[in-house]
Amino acid sequence: MRELRIHGRGGQGSVTAAELIAVAAFEDGVYSQAFPAFGVERRGAPVQAFVRFNDEKIRLRSQVYEPDYIIVQDSSLIRDVDVFAGLKKGGIAIVNTERSIPAAVPEGVRLITIDATGIALEKLGVPITNTTLIGAFAAATGEIAPPAIRKALMRRFPGKLGEKNVAAAEYAYNLVKGEA
Amino acid sequence: MMEILEGSHAVAEAVRLCRPQVVAAYPITPQTHIVEALASMVADCKLDAEYICVESEFSALSACLGASAAGSRVYSATTSQGLALMFEVCFNVAGMRQPIVMTIANRALGAPLNIWNDQQDSISLRDAGWLQFYAEDNQEATDLHFIAYRVAEDHRVLLPVMVCFDGFILTHTYEPVDIPSQEAIDAFLPPYKPVNILDAKNPMSLGMYATPDYYMEFRYEIDQAQKRAKEVFAEVGAEFAKQFGRDYSGLVEGYRLEDADMAFIAMGSICGTVREAIDEMRAEGKKVGLLKIRSFRPFPSEEIRAALSGVSKVAVLDKNISLGQKGAVALEVRDALYGSEIDVKGYILALGGRDVRQADIKAIAGLLEKGEGDQFFGLRTEVL
Repeated sequence: MRELRIHGRGGQGSVTAAELIAVAAFEDGVYSQAFPAFGVERRGAPVQAFVRFNDEKIRLRSQVYEPDYIIVQDSSLIRDVDVFAGLKKGGIAIVNTERSIPAAVPEGVRLITIDATGIALEKLGVPITNTTLIGAFAAATGEIAPPAIRKALMRRFPGKLGEKNVAAAEYAYNLVKGEA
Repeated sequence: MMEILEGSHAVAEAVRLCRPQVVAAYPITPQTHIVEALASMVADCKLDAEYICVESEFSALSACLGASAAGSRVYSATTSQGLALMFEVCFNVAGMRQPIVMTIANRALGAPLNIWNDQQDSISLRDAGWLQFYAEDNQEATDLHFIAYRVAEDHRVLLPVMVCFDGFILTHTYEPVDIPSQEAIDAFLPPYKPVNILDAKNPMSLGMYATPDYYMEFRYEIDQAQKRAKEVFAEVGAEFAKQFGRDYSGLVEGYRLEDADMAFIAMGSICGTVREAIDEMRAEGKKVGLLKIRSFRPFPSEEIRAALSGVSKVAVLDKNISLGQKGAVALEVRDALYGSEIDVKGYILALGGRDVRQADIKAIAGLLEKGEGDQFFGLRTEVL
């Protein structure tokens, strides 16, 4: 079983990102589970959401403490939250930033930084980075594939909005694939 | 069809397939997504029901009671403080023998205010006369609604049912669920045939006053119906298994109990984490198993005795506490095993949403081995 923890701020769509990744994984024939770190979230407050991927039914119900992957939607979180806590050796961290990150990355972790805010502004016209980061996650981990992402996004955001989000996700996917 | 959706939406789909004629509910976290989805289905003509917007949970269940008495299939959903506000009506629904099905998105009770999961809310209504079924995952939560209506409306039972599933842990989790077709559910769950209905053309009264000469017999009848519900649950569960391939016919369900010395007893979503921990402990050579309680009312005393016949130690995990006493499940398990040699210890855990990990389950197994129990587990002693 592989586990993902998403760090974001209330309003950035972390819970939606977890849902969309789980839906895309399910489309690819993987048993997936997505859930938020339940809280009374306010806009701007640190939030977490989780995804599990497995070949068979997932029974475990605890939160994720030792993820294989993390996504950080907002690098300013790194000052307030230990986003790398428990991240496995050999794990992958995907961080939205246009600069270097303000913390030491644990040994053995592969760090991928991407200016998801810039991409989202260009492709969507709003600084909502979750769908861009889904594309980066797909390219970095191979857990989900672009056709499944498209299906999940179009189901959640039918029409033009879905197309724009698919464009953002695919742009990030190709960018990260190109760097790999 | 297998699809991936939020637990609340899976339950809303199940309710739609049951074709309730009246839905009355008041939104409250973490139940809200269920009733939002049902309200949308009614507005979009996907569910042919009267959706009654009410100003409180007291009114919600009162409206349900009236609609059920008039002969309708009725649905509601609530949790925590909302269920507490329904307290009086809950007793009336059971006393008037109305087969209402209500989902409980289990949540802690205040004060202090807490929106997270434990099972104190429904456990506190255990004496109201409702049947109570607890789901381990969202597939079971979905399926138990079909079974709940069949059992509730069976003329040997005629009692309301709470289908309980853990708030947030299940309600807000996306996972794959098989949603049956309308045709399949129509074949399994025929329309409700009431015994008596309130009808102006044929006047009768319901829930009237009973003097000391009669009241006790009404209570006796409900208790008898609860006991008959065991057999009906097993029958309906077996029929469901035949039609849908998922077996819920047991009031309890064992996991790796065959040669176990030690067993956990639990209800709801925690059972999944316990199963994981058991597999790890089995790999380490420990003979442990799980007995999941699916039906808390009626309480499966005989089934528990039979399932634990080879076990010497039992750890009961309670997401509730009868303050000043112990966890409700531990107390009842001890009563079921009265006179046996089995050592039963209770552990109060996960109150107000505190997370439970496999390591916690293994730590409890360690406590049980040492004979330590009847205590809170996972207390933060540094803040006491």
